[in-house]
Amino acid sequence: MATRRAFLAGLAALSLPSLSWADAGNPAYLAAGKLGDGFTLHGLSATGQSLFQIPLPARGHAAAAHPTRPEAVAFARRPGTFALVINCATGAVTHRLTPPDGMQFNGHGAFSADGSVLMTSEVVADGSAGRIGLWSALDYTRLTDWPSGGIGPHEVRRLADGRIVVANGGIQTDPTDRTKLNIPNMRPNLTLLSADGTMLDQVDLPDLHQNSIRHLALTGDTIAFAMQWEGDPSQTVPLLGLWTPGSAPLLCAAPEQEAMTMKGYAGSIAATATRVLITSSKGGAAMIFATDGTPIATHRRADLSGAAPSGDHFMLTDGSGAVWTADDNRLTPLRTGATEWDNHLVALG
Amino acid sequence: MPMRALLLSLLLATPAAADTASAVTDVIRPAYAAFATATQALAAQDTCDAETLKPAFNAAFDAWMAVSHLRLGPAEDDGRAVAILFWPDTKGLGAKAQRGLLTGDPAALTPAAFAQQSVAARGLMGLERLLYPAKTPPADPCPLIHATAADLARMATEIATAWGPFGDALITAGQAGNTAYLKADEATQALFTQLATGLDTLADTRIGRPLGTFDKPRPDWAEAIASGRSLRNITLQLTALRTLTASLSPDSAKTLAAFDHALDLAGKLDDPALQGVATPQGRLKVEILQQAIRAIHDLVVAEVGPALGVSLGFNAADGD
Repeated sequence: MATRRAFLAGLAALSLPSLSWADAGNPAYLAAGKLGDGFTLHGLSATGQSLFQIPLPARGHAAAAHPTRPEAVAFARRPGTFALVINCATGAVTHRLTPPDGMQFNGHGAFSADGSVLMTSEVVADGSAGRIGLWSALDYTRLTDWPSGGIGPHEVRRLADGRIVVANGGIQTDPTDRTKLNIPNMRPNLTLLSADGTMLDQVDLPDLHQNSIRHLALTGDTIAFAMQWEGDPSQTVPLLGLWTPGSAPLLCAAPEQEAMTMKGYAGSIAATATRVLITSSKGGAAMIFATDGTPIATHRRADLSGAAPSGDHFMLTDGSGAVWTADDNRLTPLRTGATEWDNHLVALG
Repeated sequence: MPMRALLLSLLLATPAAADTASAVTDVIRPAYAAFATATQALAAQDTCDAETLKPAFNAAFDAWMAVSHLRLGPAEDDGRAVAILFWPDTKGLGAKAQRGLLTGDPAALTPAAFAQQSVAARGLMGLERLLYPAKTPPADPCPLIHATAADLARMATEIATAWGPFGDALITAGQAGNTAYLKADEATQALFTQLATGLDTLADTRIGRPLGTFDKPRPDWAEAIASGRSLRNITLQLTALRTLTASLSPDSAKTLAAFDHALDLAGKLDDPALQGVATPQGRLKVEILQQAIRAIHDLVVAEVGPALGVSLGFNAADGD
């Protein structure tokens, strides 16, 4: 059985003398970027300084960080044909993951709490049915896969107690490009899986079925989710939702005068104990909400995308190469450089 | 790496390009000043007679169309741009909120209170509903007309004033202490982005909404039908975008020629409220204009971007 094998693999890994994240300079974040025509994965310090950079063969999207070993899995921009396991202490690519025939990676992944299993969001290329791929984090062999509970899963996150939440974006895409095939009748959902892949709960958005649920952040017992609107662009809809399993999701609308600011697009989401932040590269803005859904602030900056918690505040990255902190009052630049930061900023730990 | 650090410091020390400075100084600030002047003239009218007010209303609307594509800086703060022109109003929020104001507590019409009212009730579209009413209003519209005009003038004046320091931030992009535009080319890229998204808005919204689909055109979804300004707004926005292009990149001849072509098409379109979209022949003409505007967008990306050394946002242009 997969979980047992993974458990044994985890034990084996623990018994080996191994490198830790300290050997990679203790990065606080991982971020993919572009410099000239080249693509890279960076480890960033808590103040946004690049601690290491490792070349990627193509544009990256997001990364998953192993909980203990200095190991990052960099996922290709979807539809993804590769994920690279990178030893961040040495810079070596230690494994190259290829999805099984007829499957594609969909940009995100997460490790189990003990670091023994990597979970990847995947689609069956033909039809976009969602799967969660499971890989042994010892030797990165494929273990099995589970249904994700919907079409077009994008981000997958592990909760502190080991349960897994999947943002099934609902969009069926052409396997060869990113053409969207089912916008009129798409139906995204949030699916909660047990640590062994059993579906525990699922919620959808019956009144906003064209609001693709794509990215996730955790605050307390609540799952914050960011959406991208595929319906009439003149209609303004909430782009943030808060779901505490067992209750109905709460949709959080922007203030009336800011309803168009994000252009119907939330690209990344991050949460602290008291705040949730979403970014919109298309709108050039970040919006901060309280964890009860109350809108707190809107900050503007072109091409803002990556977002992660930084203590009580947030750290943001943009496509112009800048790293920012964001709080209720303002954006403050930390540094800028030549590397253009890609969609996501991933916090370690 | 020392070499990289050196390059970076050189990059950061370079002042914003001269083209950006002239766009701010010669084009954008004067246009906002003109909008402030036009709205002040409208607010100063001591009458509620619609026919008397219409020329000043239209002059103010014209002045806004010279800057409506600039979705950055002071116009975005406090929801001003949204309040100045709340359109499209897909749920009819504006008319509903105005009915409440017409029949409610007059205290809501004091300048401070009115500034806090729904953005849907305020601005140019609010005034259009009062000056070109489809039916008799439920109460005397005079106090609401004055409140709306005064609120417009207040917002326009605030924006024009704030463009002093905000324009300075654009002009000094990349200089030490500039915490909004960190690199020299970021201000240029910001204005370039306004060009591209302004053209998108024109094609997708001002033209795209009334076009609807071939099977279901939506002439009722055109902008400012009551005042007959739908086509005029398109022509004025095209002219404003051409002016910005000519200021930023005067040598982008193909793009400027494409603007002239689209303006020529718009000039020959004898359909002020775009109601012709309901007929196959009228629709075709509007579609041809829409295609001409999309062609300008492609040229802006292909010709103006490289000329300025900037491109559309790395993430904004891609999605996830």
